[in-house]
Amino acid sequence: MADQRDSKKRLDLVNIRTQLESSHGQRRWRSLEELAVTAEYRDYLHHEFPYHTEKGSSGISRRDVLKLMGASAALAGLTACTKLPTEKIVPYVQAPEEFIPGKPLFYATSMPFGGVAEGLLVESHLGRPTKAEGNPEHPGSLGAADIFGQASVLNLYDPDRSQVVVHNGRIGDWAGFLNAMEVLRQELAATQGAGLRILTETVTSPTFAARLAELLKQYPKAQWHQHDPAGRDNVRAGARLAFGEIVETLYRFDRAGVVLALDSDFLCAGPASVRYAHDFAQKRRVTSPASTMNRLYVVEPAPTNTGAQADHRLPLRAAEIEGFARSLAGMLGVKASSASGGTPPPEYGWIGALARDLQKHRGTSIVLAGDAQPPAVHALAHAMNAALGNVGNTVVYTNSIEANPTDQLQSLKALVADMRSGQVATLVILSSNPVYSAPADLEFQENLLKVNQRIHLGLYEDETAVLCHWHIPETHFLEAWGDARAYDGTVSTIQPLISPLYEGKSAHEVLAVLLGQPGRTGHEIVREYWKSQRSEKDFEAFWETTLHDGVMAGTAFPLKTVTLKMVPGSASPQAAPEGGLEVNFRPDPNIWDGRFANNGWLQECPRPLTKITWDNAVMVSPKTAQDFKVANEDVVELRYGGRKVRGPIWIMPGHADKSATVHLGYGRTRAGHVGSGAGFNAYALRTSDRPWFGSGIEIRKTGATYLLAHTQHHHLISQEGGEVEEESVAAEHRKVLRVARLEEFRKNPDFAKDPASQTTQAQSLYPAHDYSKGDQWGMSIDLNSCIGCNACVVACQAENNIAVVGKDQVSRGREMHWIRVDTYYEGDLDNPRMYNEVIPCMQCENAPCEVVCPVGATVHSPEGLNEMIYNRCVGTRYCSNNCPYKVRRFNFYLYSDWVTPSLYGLRNPNVTVRSRGVMEKCTYCIQRINAVKIKAEEANRSIKDGEILTACQQTCPTQAIVFGNINDPNSKVAKLKVQSRNYGLLTELNTRPRTTYLAKLRNPNPEIPEGEV
Amino acid sequence: MEPTTPENAPAVPPVSPVLRPGHTYASVTDKISAIVLVEGTRKGWWLGFVIAFALLMVMHYAIAMVLSMGVGLFGINIPVAWGFAITNFVWWIGIGHAGTLISAFLLLMRQKWRTSINRFAEAMTIFAVACAGLFPLMHMGRPWLFYWLLPYPDTMGVWPQFRSPLVWDVFAVSTYATVSILFWFVGLIPDLATLRDRAKKRISQIVYGVLAMGWRGSALHWRRYEMASLLLAGLATPLVISVHTVVSFDFTIAIVPGWHSTIFPPYFVAGAIYSGFAMVLTLAIPLRAFFKLEDFVTMRHLDNMAKMLLATGLIVAYGYMMETFMAFYSGNTFDRYMIMNRMFGPYAPWYWLLITCNIAVPMTLLWWKSIRRNVAALFVISLVVQLGMWLERFIIVVTSLHRDFLPSSWGMFYPTATDFELLFGTVGLFFTLFYLFIRYLPMISIFEMRELVHKTSE
Repeated sequence: MADQRDSKKRLDLVNIRTQLESSHGQRRWRSLEELAVTAEYRDYLHHEFPYHTEKGSSGISRRDVLKLMGASAALAGLTACTKLPTEKIVPYVQAPEEFIPGKPLFYATSMPFGGVAEGLLVESHLGRPTKAEGNPEHPGSLGAADIFGQASVLNLYDPDRSQVVVHNGRIGDWAGFLNAMEVLRQELAATQGAGLRILTETVTSPTFAARLAELLKQYPKAQWHQHDPAGRDNVRAGARLAFGEIVETLYRFDRAGVVLALDSDFLCAGPASVRYAHDFAQKRRVTSPASTMNRLYVVEPAPTNTGAQADHRLPLRAAEIEGFARSLAGMLGVKASSASGGTPPPEYGWIGALARDLQKHRGTSIVLAGDAQPPAVHALAHAMNAALGNVGNTVVYTNSIEANPTDQLQSLKALVADMRSGQVATLVILSSNPVYSAPADLEFQENLLKVNQRIHLGLYEDETAVLCHWHIPETHFLEAWGDARAYDGTVSTIQPLISPLYEGKSAHEVLAVLLGQPGRTGHEIVREYWKSQRSEKDFEAFWETTLHDGVMAGTAFPLKTVTLKMVPGSASPQAAPEGGLEVNFRPDPNIWDGRFANNGWLQECPRPLTKITWDNAVMVSPKTAQDFKVANEDVVELRYGGRKVRGPIWIMPGHADKSATVHLGYGRTRAGHVGSGAGFNAYALRTSDRPWFGSGIEIRKTGATYLLAHTQHHHLISQEGGEVEEESVAAEHRKVLRVARLEEFRKNPDFAKDPASQTTQAQSLYPAHDYSKGDQWGMSIDLNSCIGCNACVVACQAENNIAVVGKDQVSRGREMHWIRVDTYYEGDLDNPRMYNEVIPCMQCENAPCEVVCPVGATVHSPEGLNEMIYNRCVGTRYCSNNCPYKVRRFNFYLYSDWVTPSLYGLRNPNVTVRSRGVMEKCTYCIQRINAVKIKAEEANRSIKDGEILTACQQTCPTQAIVFGNINDPNSKVAKLKVQSRNYGLLTELNTRPRTTYLAKLRNPNPEIPEGEV
Repeated sequence: MEPTTPENAPAVPPVSPVLRPGHTYASVTDKISAIVLVEGTRKGWWLGFVIAFALLMVMHYAIAMVLSMGVGLFGINIPVAWGFAITNFVWWIGIGHAGTLISAFLLLMRQKWRTSINRFAEAMTIFAVACAGLFPLMHMGRPWLFYWLLPYPDTMGVWPQFRSPLVWDVFAVSTYATVSILFWFVGLIPDLATLRDRAKKRISQIVYGVLAMGWRGSALHWRRYEMASLLLAGLATPLVISVHTVVSFDFTIAIVPGWHSTIFPPYFVAGAIYSGFAMVLTLAIPLRAFFKLEDFVTMRHLDNMAKMLLATGLIVAYGYMMETFMAFYSGNTFDRYMIMNRMFGPYAPWYWLLITCNIAVPMTLLWWKSIRRNVAALFVISLVVQLGMWLERFIIVVTSLHRDFLPSSWGMFYPTATDFELLFGTVGLFFTLFYLFIRYLPMISIFEMRELVHKTSE
């Protein structure tokens, strides 16, 4: 103390005294220092009351007034515009275990799609689901998800979802519905349910099936119909034709050396596509010249992603494929396949070589037919698999996973016939939209109006809902309890992540009302069903485990031995190739049968190969386009069986000649704000006798044109397709895509290395950055595994809050996707080879974007990431100009939806929602990197390889994308980068990209000359 | 040998005078100041002003729309993230260059013929820079944050990124604007004093009086004036070279094929002077006809400017040739494709129109003296050159970007209504300012013309 005192300046007591004397009135003082107003005293005051000393004598400063005004205005605003939830807000007295605000939780659930479960693991932030991932425990997913699974979260928050019960076009309520159903039940009880019909999608859910069975027992005269516009009737009928019963066929692509797909897009469509893509890629992974690779033959009318993967692809009209199958079956020695003798016609191309190749791979080959092919082709495929000894090896059979496998189209026809004749008194439509999607010749709409009481349950107040007396909003699968079977029969649970946002009810709950148990919740129904089914002593533990895993262990169907009963002797009536132009109806690759029409992510996701967004088109081959003298975007009138629709032409290289393909799902009138009015309705042409393809369609030019918004070929493809060629030729010159045949690769493993592209850091004008220390992030993309399925594109959009910009903006070249799938064609226009290349940000070590930014809004992190600081960006767009990969995206307008309240919940809270006028780009999911980094730092350990998964990598069904630390020589990514196939894009520019590619390999049959693709 | 006297001097080819003989100090002053003070506002002036002002309102509308909606109103996209805005910026900045060249560079070179065109050429510079300055602002995604490009003491310690040529641009253009305005204003002071002294209306006397900053024409004033204008000319002269060089860096620093080229700085400077002289001609020819100034802006001036056009035009033509040659000589795929795409791609018609406007028409015609002395022909050529130079910038900006490295990212740029509104709107701004200038300020330097009277009468 004494020292301190000494150190202080001596007080000028004389001065203080005079001051006190001169001051008027009583003055109170605390210390001599105060009186002296010494520097020390001021310092002390400043330290004690740092904000006080600055203030004026008025007591309250201008700043404070403004602050208070601002705060009160904000508070007033809060109360004015937020509808507060009516529930009581009580902080957790006992917080749920593992619940930490700010940390996401993951729950396993499943998405029913066409009745079949797609296993998902859904991320939840403070009780709101934000992102769906594949469920690693689920056999159909193995951790990956397709575009539909990825985009399903957006559907949950879709502001256009139906929100209230609608009765006769007016807002009704659930209680009113219950009363009406009570009346109905009394009527039904009297008539044993005569006139009651239930129409559902395909049902695999054991609980739902049991409840339906209960209902049908209660009302024996009631009937259940199923309708799935993109259904698998042909698959079922084919199995029945071959084996006399409907069985499920499972393919084991991970064991197959040779695969023949007859009009089957098995990699991207169908209930098992995610798993099949995974297995298929296993056999395509080449690590060294010694590796082997499978070989894929595809015969199809319209190019698909599977066709693009083919080593040999043959465009054939859908109707000719049966002939091809018969011919091939004959060569493979399938007995009793008539019309198979003799030499195959020349248009079957390499069929002879294919047959020999299949023979060589007995037991390790697969022949499969697509959903659109008639039952005979399926039966022939079964017969060929049997003849090749594949059954039991690469092709196995189980019981059908469906609750009631049946010919759905026949069943729907019967329903409509009964409706027409007035036998249907009450129709309950559960999660189906038949007014829109039923075959046109059934005239479902007219006949529906003959039904006395029409009840509809659906996510949207759609085309069917408006014609029904009662419309009940359906719960999204993320709001509801349920179950469904995976492609192999495994029971997958559906558990809600959020309570229903609106007055939604699940199909279980509506069925419960019909059963007279209106109070029962979905949870009770599902749980009690399984409690009654399982013999476990500790059901609770079993149930907990099941919910945790998302799958019920050991419920996959056992393999089944089937015997080939017969092989179709004569060609089915559809198969005889008729004259004239053929039309193919296919579900849209993105919005499927129309159910995802209001999903902006899927609408805007560029379609595989065509890169069209927001529309469907009439796809024809270049030759057919020449024949009809039509060019891209010419509107044509399609006339078929007395019906007509108008749609724009899209010339599709590789399409079969004399054939046109139209995608279903468009032309919706009541899809919502996003989907209504987009595209044309191909259902209007589709008839029940030829649901998938038929001949005799007429194409008439109307003279009008229609803008198609596409993301890649932003210029018109001329009639001869010259522009496509130019682009691909330039790509070839620039070595953008490096491809070799497997034999070439074996001879020259370094084929992908470009000697001109070897650059060094020393060639930069700026001082070199030291990247040798710490975690250095890099990515490797295996072009050989990538199937172009777009799952990464949608996953990225969901993870990074990427805005949807709409058709107009896409057509102006302003789409926002951070990762894209580029398509290049090679060779002949009529049957070109097609390649996909996934392009995220390359995270260049010498990033050209960084040097030109005037404000330093894009900078390099010590971990090698090219970071974007949205707050700092002033929007000069110079970085985008200077990016040779054009991966930067700009908010030309305020693209992010800042106003729709329901979308708030959708956003990933760890990623900034971008505003107008700023640039954005791929960050390698920096929020995920940092989350893991924090975790690792807390535990004082280094980050493990594979601990960080980028969104694109996590969802990739083929695991083509690998991310990790390139400084760790044992990391997966570092090992891939030392492979000889590794190459960087445009490395001659000395950008030193962190994202590199593994060159694509093809494995053509050496017997087939190169010219013949 | 006989000493040479004026009488027996060999016959020199008659050079047209820079001032028609017969003018006195008083007649020069009367003629020029009368336009401002006596003649009043003419009908023709009103007509032109109203049109220009209407266009200025279009510009205001476009700016309001862009500020409230976003730069999406322009035709830009990914990959063509720069479009009309940058094209117009470079074009306007280029136009300004001739004014500085005439007022500063030719002053230092003691080219007396510059005197009569100097004042309005320099006014043209300032107005063109004003137009040019709008575009980099308006093309920004968030224009209200433009000051982030300035090195101001930010509390967060954030600075501009000095490796970016856009930052250099900010310095180059703001320096240019400052020096040009200063130079112009200093040059105006003696004339403003003349107007002050001659004005009859009180308001004019006050306004011109204030602007004249107390100029009394004392020897000391003149001495200071001469020193200041020489210094400013010395400052402005390097700017003629440096500003457009820095503007060209916006392109050359980037790696985009068609931009990344060392020939850009000289070729941009030549192009700037080329378009600038074309603009001076565009302005001078109607002005001298309208205000009967043929005595001051003589055929000699027009001829000289036409020669400047020819010289700079040839440099520009050389630039085009070298660009094409280097694309092939370098063996670089991207550069080769870029040139082929420019010549035969989707924008080929515009490329060939550019060649026609900048090379084919002026470079064939301007060699002929008869054309150079044909006022109507020169006026048309000056317009053609300006169109050509605008197209040149458009071709450089757009065709280089629209098909760069990855063919999958190729795209097209189509201008929108807003693009044109802003382009023609700034033309409105330019002419509004110019009309105000010719109405309220002496468009020809009175005191310098008096000096010329003195010199020519010797």
